Amino acid sequence: MRRKLLSAPYLVWILCGTLIPMAMVFYYGLTGDQGGFTLSNIAAIAETGHAKALWTSVLLSLVSTVICLLLAYPLGLILKKSGMGQKGLLVFLFVLPMWMNFLLRTMAWQVLLEKKGVINTILQSLGFSGLRLINTPTAIVMGMVYDFLPFMVMPIYNVLAKIDDRVIEAARDLGANNFQVFRYIILPLSVPGIVSGVTMVFVPALTTFVISNMLGGGKILLIGNVIEQEFTVGNNWHLGAGLSLVMMIFILVSMAFIAKFDKNGEGNTF
Amino acid sequence: MSTPLIELSHISKAFDGDIILDDLNLKVHENEFITLLGPSGCGKTTTLRIIGGFEKPDMGQVLFEGKDITQIPPNKRPLNTVFQKYALFTNMSIEENIAFGLKISGKSKSYIQDKIKYALKLVNLDGFEKRSVDSLSGGQQQRIAIARAIVNEPKVLLLDEPLGALDLKLRQDMQYELIRLKNELGITFIFVTHDQEEALTMSDQVVVMNKGYIQQMGTPEQIYNEPENAFVADFIGDSNILPGIMLHDRLVRILNTDFVCVDEGFGTNRPVDVVIRPEDLRLGAPGAGSLDGVVTHLIFKGVHYEMEVLAGGFEWLVQSTKCWPVGMKVSLAVDPFDIQIMHKPESEDEEAMVIDA
Repeated sequence: MRRKLLSAPYLVWILCGTLIPMAMVFYYGLTGDQGGFTLSNIAAIAETGHAKALWTSVLLSLVSTVICLLLAYPLGLILKKSGMGQKGLLVFLFVLPMWMNFLLRTMAWQVLLEKKGVINTILQSLGFSGLRLINTPTAIVMGMVYDFLPFMVMPIYNVLAKIDDRVIEAARDLGANNFQVFRYIILPLSVPGIVSGVTMVFVPALTTFVISNMLGGGKILLIGNVIEQEFTVGNNWHLGAGLSLVMMIFILVSMAFIAKFDKNGEGNTF
Repeated sequence: MSTPLIELSHISKAFDGDIILDDLNLKVHENEFITLLGPSGCGKTTTLRIIGGFEKPDMGQVLFEGKDITQIPPNKRPLNTVFQKYALFTNMSIEENIAFGLKISGKSKSYIQDKIKYALKLVNLDGFEKRSVDSLSGGQQQRIAIARAIVNEPKVLLLDEPLGALDLKLRQDMQYELIRLKNELGITFIFVTHDQEEALTMSDQVVVMNKGYIQQMGTPEQIYNEPENAFVADFIGDSNILPGIMLHDRLVRILNTDFVCVDEGFGTNRPVDVVIRPEDLRLGAPGAGSLDGVVTHLIFKGVHYEMEVLAGGFEWLVQSTKCWPVGMKVSLAVDPFDIQIMHKPESEDEEAMVIDA
């Protein structure tokens, strides 16, 4: 009995933090202004503007996730190889920005990418013509990569660091060259880290509206912006909740897909 | 004798300024079971890793069948290693683990299938093909690690304390298993351990190492019965090591008592170390032996009793199948050929290298 009592705070938490809000999202998403049941809020995703926003979101977050992966994986390998003494410091330096305010970090990119921002000023002082950076998809991708890179580095570094050097030596001993050691040993063993890194970058990138607001200048609408506007500007909670549900289903399906890849990835090495 | 299979020539290695190996020379012949034995930090594992190619020596050469392989990476060396903690690939099934080396070298599917079957039979784990690494016990994992190495038909198998993580009973079973494997395969085993019993049980040749030097190399009988210095005598089995003076050939003075021995050529009136194994000491009635003393401790060890006897100011360790109670007055006697005389090192340095010279 006492044990059950101990879990009470968590039950309250789940109730207030998960179940009630979820129920409300479902309620608003599946009802119309007049209160009756409708699927029109869900179907609204097919409208040109919404579909385009979703497509842009998927595209930009995929590109950002891939860039993060390409940056983080070699970094993880380098960190694994570096000497014990400096390893902690190096990881710390890469993760440090994570502890700075998210808005501040994104705002810094605004200052860098602006028409008369830091990057253009430097380019022009070197005699190059300025670049149009701010309010482009490129700017949003840069912001996403910068903001979410630590979430890719940490899980990948963690799995790589856990791979026993003796296992790598055993593969070498059995005749594998550097590429084969990577292909058949290191890569398969690091799949769980890649999966959690991809998840931790792709999902927030897909739903963000802050980065696109600040670096896209309202010209590039992501699905996150559309949902945000339905709640704030448009004051149509039903449509906003309906689109949120679509996003949720989309994310669940992607996660299921990635998890399946995770299982197949292991063991299936040759 | 023919060219040694592996020859280490003037190998030196230091890590961060600490000298691990100093001018080490070692020859390993074909079809030998050779054990590198020593306390931790003696350089035995480093020696093995240099042979395997995982460490490069600072100086010296590794020769394989007379060819210099010092600079050749581990994946191109005709030898395989069994690691201390097995180091199996957890992302693969047992079958894939064993097949790894063969797949890398591009062997045909049917050849690989035959080899997997053969190797699993050899290590008594038939039918384990599809199992996962995690579902195996430590002893089974170790056998898979051995199977994974031997399917590649290496000329030499390197084993780095492979039984260290196993419990006593399993370790003893695996010792017999390894001897059987070695005889069936007819390949050279280089085995590293800190366990003297393991070394004596399995090896054709034992190399006793300490502080980066080889202290003594010989058959298990030679190492046990004729240790060449106090370190070897102390490290291998139980022993009474005493300072003595070699009065002349075949006569040594220990604790002011003269003992007849069989050693010659140490000069006259030379200080020496004397080792007498506890099972070689005989207890008798006072006055019947060379020294009189009194029993101070008694322990029952199963096969024998172990006594400590205070005689001539020295605590002698004595093993006997007869029980001599504490407080009993006794005498100690020893046969001349059971007294082993050793050169006394004159400095620390010499203590380490005494054999190397």
